[in-house]
Amino acid sequence: MVRPLTSKLSRRPVKKYSAVNILRQGITRAPWAPVLVPHELRGRYDVVIIGGGVHGLATAHYLASNHGITDVAVLDKSYIGSGGSGRNTAILRSNYLTPEGVRFYDRSMELYRNLAADLNFNVMFAKRGHLTLAHNDGSLRTMRWRAEVNKLQGVDSEVVGPAEIKKLVPYMDTSEHARYPILGALYHPPGGIIRHDAVVWGYARQVSARGVHIHQDTEVRGIDVAGGKVTGVRTNRGDVAAGTVLNCTAGWSSLISEMAGVSMPVETFPLQAAVTEPVRPFLDAVVVSASLHVYVSQTDRGELVFGASVDPFGSYSMRGSLEFIEGLAGHVLELMPSLAKLRLLRSWAGLCDMTPDFSPIMGETPVQGFLIDVGWGTYGFKAGPVSGEAMAELVATGKTPEIIAPFDLARFTDDRLMGEKGAASVGH
Amino acid sequence: MMLLPCPWCGPRNVTEFAYRGENIARPDPNTADKATWRDYLYYRSNRAGWEREGWFHRAGCRQFFSIERNRTTNETRGVGTPDGAGDAAHSGDSR
Ligand SMILES: Cc1cc2nc3c(=O)[nH]c(=O)nc-3n(C[C@H](O)[C@H](O)[C@H](O)COP(=O)(O)OP(=O)(O)OC[C@H]3O[C@@H](n4cnc5c(N)ncnc54)[C@H](O)[C@@H]3O)c2cc1C
Repeated sequence: MVRPLTSKLSRRPVKKYSAVNILRQGITRAPWAPVLVPHELRGRYDVVIIGGGVHGLATAHYLASNHGITDVAVLDKSYIGSGGSGRNTAILRSNYLTPEGVRFYDRSMELYRNLAADLNFNVMFAKRGHLTLAHNDGSLRTMRWRAEVNKLQGVDSEVVGPAEIKKLVPYMDTSEHARYPILGALYHPPGGIIRHDAVVWGYARQVSARGVHIHQDTEVRGIDVAGGKVTGVRTNRGDVAAGTVLNCTAGWSSLISEMAGVSMPVETFPLQAAVTEPVRPFLDAVVVSASLHVYVSQTDRGELVFGASVDPFGSYSMRGSLEFIEGLAGHVLELMPSLAKLRLLRSWAGLCDMTPDFSPIMGETPVQGFLIDVGWGTYGFKAGPVSGEAMAELVATGKTPEIIAPFDLARFTDDRLMGEKGAASVGH
Repeated sequence: MMLLPCPWCGPRNVTEFAYRGENIARPDPNTADKATWRDYLYYRSNRAGWEREGWFHRAGCRQFFSIERNRTTNETRGVGTPDGAGDAAHSGDSR
């Protein structure tokens, strides 16, 4: 057995992750600082955030780091990242269709690019390039439209033809003999993938280190409202008073809002995904085909990650189905016939809070102090950082930041829907 | 595989059906005010329990019907009734 070198100094827990500290820890065996510190549930917090996914945790992070607000509790009925944040296919991009959407998601990309340094946690962001295929004239027209909107906002995005697609993805069937020949694609070089669990853990670690309480296995069962103002939440572990309550529960969000008497235009649909055994790296870009209801990327570990559009009926069930895998496999093979021998390792489902205009609902509600950051549908992981930043600003200042103003709940009564379906329905 | 009992064809794989959404009454477009109409277009109860919903037996008898389904467990109960043209305005994806 190797005897660790112990001195008082070297036994101090190591907090910062760095090459030097890994070396030091290896020699001294000093413990790493605990990442999630358990706490008693207090009877009151300034801010209660319901939902420990990327949105809830990012909001807690920016509340602490940008505004110095740390009297905050993040409550999750299960473990952090148990919702969509631990089940998504981790595609990041900002080539949306509406100028409001492009600006919003592009700010998130900016935050994501610096997130590893910001959180001192390797979130494995990989810029890969993102291709949205067009198999008919209609979608090619939408791609052109998107490319122009994107460029006007300074987002790198252009329409490319089959020859260029073949160069980017040599294994793709770009021939005219395919059942749905590929006419072109929207190419978005800054798009990429990230390690979704690492993003959740990285935010949680920072938040916890700043004294914010993360309470797992803590289910919100009621919300108290008095005189049109939120006063607290009721949980399976006791009641908690709060001045501000934030709903970040995605697929479950209409149930939570209902507790506060706020109705929302949200319907919950399952979305499934699947992953293959790992193979050598051959696919750099992220490839999406809306017509074929499928998208593909290859992780750093070599697995192919497949996704599709939401299940054909609304449900809170997270069971997968054979029909999904059958359909998925068929469509993948239309794009890349050489994958026929590849074996699937597993598939799973998560819940998506779909809105009528494929855009989020963020900001204030008719109940004072009860805020929402929901409607994340199939595309909300990429929005975690910018949403956290904006929602934290709203909590701290009481003013809705301009970048999220178009996504308010009132748009459904003021007829200001966003119309993001063309860029968000399959390409998450 | 999930089975859905069609009142005409009996239990069939759910993939044969098109989901029409929660059964909600369509307001009269001639008399409904904007608020009622928006409500009809966008708002759903999205319950995590039993709900009466409309379905269309697309790859079968091509009839509409409605049935109660538990939206958490996906179980159905009772028999389908021949109504439930339901509402297609809000099903997440138009496949
Ligand atoms: C298969 C799949 C693929 C996807 N792919 C992508 C993609 O490629 N790119 C992208 O940007 N997005 C993608 N998404 C969407 C993305 O995952 C979600 O929009 C995002 O993770 C939502 O994050 P969130 O923090 O708002 O909610 P979630 O991560 O869902 O967290 C909500 C949390 O609330 C908790 N909760 C619920 N009810 C209660 C209660 N009563 N009390 C306490 N806690 C409660 C849950 O336990 C859960 O942890 C995908 C989703 C799925 C399912």
